[in-house]
Amino acid sequence: MKIHEFQAKQLLKRYGVTVSDGYEATTVDEAVAGFQKLGAPLAVVKAQIHAGGRGKAGGVKLVKTEDEARAAATWMLGRKLVTHQTGPDGQEVRRLWIERGSDIAKEYYLGIAIDRESKRPVMMMSSEGGVEIEEVAEKHPEKIVKVAFSPAKGLLPADVVKLCRGVKLAPGIEPQAARFLPALAKLFVELDCSIAEVNPLIVTKDNRLLALDCKINFDGNALFRHPDLLPLRDLHEEDAKEVEASKHDLNYIALDGNIGCMVNGAGLAMATMDVIKLYGASPANFLDVGGGATAEKVTAAFRILLSDAKTKGILINIFGGIMKCDVIATGVIEAVKQVHLSVPLVVRLEGTNVELGKKLLVESKLPIIPANDLDDAAQKICKAVGAGR
Amino acid sequence: MSIWVDKDTRVICQGLTGKTGTFHTEQAIAYGTKMVGGVNPAKKGTTHLGLPVFGSCQEAREKSGCNASVVYVPPAGAAEAILEAIDAGIELIVTITEGIPVLDMVKVAERLALPGTKSRLIGPNCPGIITPNQCKIGIMPGYIHKPGRVGVVSRSGTLTYEAVWQLTSRNIGQSTCIGIGGDPVNGTNFVDVLTAFNADAETDAIILIGEIGGNAEEQAAAYIAKHVKKPVVGFIAGQTAPPGRRMGHAGAIISGGKGTAKDKIDALTAAGVHMCASPARLGEAMEKALAETGLLATAKG
Repeated sequence: MKIHEFQAKQLLKRYGVTVSDGYEATTVDEAVAGFQKLGAPLAVVKAQIHAGGRGKAGGVKLVKTEDEARAAATWMLGRKLVTHQTGPDGQEVRRLWIERGSDIAKEYYLGIAIDRESKRPVMMMSSEGGVEIEEVAEKHPEKIVKVAFSPAKGLLPADVVKLCRGVKLAPGIEPQAARFLPALAKLFVELDCSIAEVNPLIVTKDNRLLALDCKINFDGNALFRHPDLLPLRDLHEEDAKEVEASKHDLNYIALDGNIGCMVNGAGLAMATMDVIKLYGASPANFLDVGGGATAEKVTAAFRILLSDAKTKGILINIFGGIMKCDVIATGVIEAVKQVHLSVPLVVRLEGTNVELGKKLLVESKLPIIPANDLDDAAQKICKAVGAGR
Repeated sequence: MSIWVDKDTRVICQGLTGKTGTFHTEQAIAYGTKMVGGVNPAKKGTTHLGLPVFGSCQEAREKSGCNASVVYVPPAGAAEAILEAIDAGIELIVTITEGIPVLDMVKVAERLALPGTKSRLIGPNCPGIITPNQCKIGIMPGYIHKPGRVGVVSRSGTLTYEAVWQLTSRNIGQSTCIGIGGDPVNGTNFVDVLTAFNADAETDAIILIGEIGGNAEEQAAAYIAKHVKKPVVGFIAGQTAPPGRRMGHAGAIISGGKGTAKDKIDALTAAGVHMCASPARLGEAMEKALAETGLLATAKG
């Protein structure tokens, strides 16, 4: 689960990590009031969307006067910001964060993520602040210092020294880092984060260590033990179809193509997308209906796929293992009757009672195109939408 | 003709009395798996599906002589269940549960890494392990398998069934099939399974099914290039997956340009693995690879 920068900063503050003071605003007047309350010679107006690259898109502006604050807020609120992470349609700005400006002497990167190899959380620090860590990893891997730590023990004093010396943090700043870095590690562990990033982490001209921007994502599988974090979810930032799918316990991700897919199992769902591409069309989505492809779930999935105007055809690919193919076929037939299908539908079933399942589909007299295997299914749906080759 | 599990494997079920545990234990018993009990402290001393219910893994180990456990415990308590099985010294722990918090698995991984730990963990978030006609531990449909000489290892569930079914339909049997699971922090990895298949005199060839995220496939490729002479057929799911999105499995995510399908396909191809563009061709590709190495007649025997 993602949260906004201002929410992440409030969490940092709670854990004792230094952030600039600021105010949240959903209207231009609130933004101006925030600027007045700060009473600072320099402030920053920042668009709150769940995507990086805001600065380049105009979503971060330095302001020195009330008029400038008003102009920046007016420009941002309601605007669809397009960044490299939002997709071409952009993301609408509904909220701003106005904070005290800082005189930056030096910028760093600081982040924590789970490292699959060491099977531990790893804190990474780099002298290349403000740059995405992936870019640094690509161009200057030697500039990233990494320390894996045990969640039970947290970040140790020796780890802090290794990180600080590794990025040549001024020795005078180290005592602040000795509080800051373990606090971030503690936050990461206690709140079950999947990512906690401070980028840039800055040293101000008056020698203060400060989190200038930050990003926190939570492990969705651990949210059951953090009911206090749930209100931080912002549904406006998520695809409406994905929100609807999650209500039905469907694993759905919207994509750009025109062939809707409904599959059981994540691996098979990805493979189905790949095969559609292999035969010349593009998937409109990833959708894993899970092990039990019941009529209710299939119906809900159909409605979501059909609510996407781009969908020109649907491919259902189910490997019936424990769930028998005749049961799945019955579910599909019931669902098709309910949703008034308006696009071609190819169904590929395999597994237990497959012949009976196929027979039910044919006997239903519904406009369902049966397929024999995954290749056959992909070729048939691509042809049906005129993309076949 | 198998790795890790066979007709003598004695299995207990953690989460036996729950709905999922009950259903799949019934299936396992019907398949012929030697189920010897279950664990549920609240129902200690009772029987379920004709099996004794023990109060702890330790008790189950002592009284049933189990050497394997399958975990169906819901996510919130799953890591504790695994730790209990490790502490009881159970050799093989197969965790089917999906949705375990990753930091819980970090804790499990730390425990597994301690010197003297005898347990092997498969999963979590996996279909399990099966040696056809001998032992089925997990949620895979038993009947699609056939005893034979091809080892199958995968990060996915249904995609594995797909591959197995293609083999069985071609009369090519399997030695052992293992799902290592879709989570970012898991127990057994590709290299562990490949090492075992490579050493198994009765596994002639291997199917490896990977997906986007992490670098387990790249590590597998490095191992194969160096050690594996047996034919390997492979497929990587997620060539069309957008970066930064988790594709169903918690571990299936391209982050920071790393973990792409292309990198994995390139690495495996360079290691001499026969890579399939479509998963519908895995059976065909294996048949071809076996024919090329003169192993086909034995594989179909």
